[in-house]
Amino acid sequence: MLSQEIQYFITGLSIGSVYALVALGFTIIHTVTGIVNFAQGEFVMLGGMVAYFLFRFIGLPLWAAAPLSIAAVTVVGLLLQRIAIRSARQASIVSLIVITIGASILIRGLVGQFWVWGREAVRLPYFTGEQSLSFLGAAVHPQKLLVLGITIALMVLFHLLLSRTPLGKALRACAINKRAAGMVGVDARAMSLFSFGAAAALGAVGGILIASQAVTSYDSGVMLGLKGFLAACMGGLSSQMGAVLGGLGLGLLESFGAGHISSAWKEAFSLSVFLLFLIVRARRLPASEVEH
Amino acid sequence: MKLKGIRLKWSYLVIVAAVAALAVVPLFANRYYLDIAIIIGIHTMVTVGLCLLMGYTGQISLGQAAFYGMGAYFSAILSKTYGVSPWAAMFIGAAVTGGFAYSIGIAVLRLRGNYLAMATLALGIIMNIVFTEAASFTGGQDGITGVPYLSVGGLVFDTDRGYYYLVWAFCLAALLVSRNIVSSRTGRALRAIRDSESAAESIGINVLQLKAKVFALSAVYASLAGSLLAHYWAAVGPKPFDFLFSIKVVVMAVVGGLASVWGAIFGTATVKILGDWLHEFGEYQVIAFGLMLMIVIVFMPRGLWVHLRSRVLQWQRRSTRRAES
Repeated sequence: MLSQEIQYFITGLSIGSVYALVALGFTIIHTVTGIVNFAQGEFVMLGGMVAYFLFRFIGLPLWAAAPLSIAAVTVVGLLLQRIAIRSARQASIVSLIVITIGASILIRGLVGQFWVWGREAVRLPYFTGEQSLSFLGAAVHPQKLLVLGITIALMVLFHLLLSRTPLGKALRACAINKRAAGMVGVDARAMSLFSFGAAAALGAVGGILIASQAVTSYDSGVMLGLKGFLAACMGGLSSQMGAVLGGLGLGLLESFGAGHISSAWKEAFSLSVFLLFLIVRARRLPASEVEH
Repeated sequence: MKLKGIRLKWSYLVIVAAVAALAVVPLFANRYYLDIAIIIGIHTMVTVGLCLLMGYTGQISLGQAAFYGMGAYFSAILSKTYGVSPWAAMFIGAAVTGGFAYSIGIAVLRLRGNYLAMATLALGIIMNIVFTEAASFTGGQDGITGVPYLSVGGLVFDTDRGYYYLVWAFCLAALLVSRNIVSSRTGRALRAIRDSESAAESIGINVLQLKAKVFALSAVYASLAGSLLAHYWAAVGPKPFDFLFSIKVVVMAVVGGLASVWGAIFGTATVKILGDWLHEFGEYQVIAFGLMLMIVIVFMPRGLWVHLRSRVLQWQRRSTRRAES
């Protein structure tokens, strides 16, 4: 019994880590630009898909495929900001939502149409080998611990970056007042570009890590995006710590809940919880102020 | 002033010409084009509802497929399984969907911008799961077949030509109602909400209630459209009411111009015709939708239709000025 519970716990933490990485991406873009990037889930999907492509089709080893995939997805994130977001000056929140949704649909469509596997779901092998450890009678795969470790390391890294470095100061200045930041010599556009690149990279890391535990397909971005957003909301869309705790909490909830609710209704259940959370917290969620 | 008068007459002329063109289409069109025209009519109803909500009231919805599907399933289940008359099924469906949207709206429309978008996105996905999984009512993946046709007296709408007139009568009625709302006191209240909710509140507009009413109206339009689809195909299944349809409605509304009632026909027709054409080469639709959303919003924020129309008016004015001098 105990071993079963430990298994649920570890699985919850590692799935939750991926939600946490998506949530971190949301908070970074939102903190710096006030934009909620609806294509965040597609970065995750793309990260897994590109890594799989490099590994299976090109034949690169995993340790080379992973960083290359992260780099490629980062470029996609930078292009999104540079081409679409920057061109839409003075855009309202509704317009920015529509633009990032357009980007998300575009990425999904391109992968679904031109990918070597088209609509097939793919799965990467484990980084840590197929051997699992035994912990208090539970079979625990080392990769699940690796995922959690990487997530926490990235959270600490971004927290230090924002709070301890000159770059972090500039990023935070943009969040508080873009014009004032510009007056003291901060290039707000560069900061916005940086935030999209960083969010895409985080998404890709999440995508590569999840691609060895769960199957990834061209249409898995939407649900990942929604769950990541929920996790980010738990931390008020601006706290890195809150985003990671939110993601881990959500992962645990799902993992322990999975045994009790049929799998088809599981998604409907977690989305209903999501709706209820938003409605109950409606007054306390931070408003988005968008400036360019 | 004179110029304005002329332009006004022109716009009436265009409407009369458009209605006349719509009336004679079935005399020339073959079955394939007639089918496209019927689907455009049905989708336009969903689009114009979203235009009222997004363009005039400033509230986003990424879940219109939920209401479209509810209408279709209410019609199919009530008329096929329970033997209710198809017209009664259609209007019961619209009333229940409207009521459901109003009560959901009162809760959800407290949210703004990004949160509202995420909440409606979630709502659409939840309803699609219900359509697929509540198999004892909805028939699951297979859906429901053998939905009875609509009929008036002895006239059964089982031919494409007859159905074409029925659908466009509904569609034009929806467009006229929307146009009247937009140019009424309520329409001004809606735009006040879009421009500043707190200012609207301060002049005595019940913001939340009015937003929920518009949300419910858009749901009623979508539900009627869904019923029309169910009685046209004589079948329903979960596929046409998925996440992608909700996004497609946004594309149609954006292309036609979010704050343009007549643009809804143009946007819907453009997306439908382009989508069908691309479909012949593969699944390029989704790629095209993504590109269209981004390009139209970035370069023509008021929509392709409004953009082209203002270009034409500009050219007209310039040529009149040249003629006068």
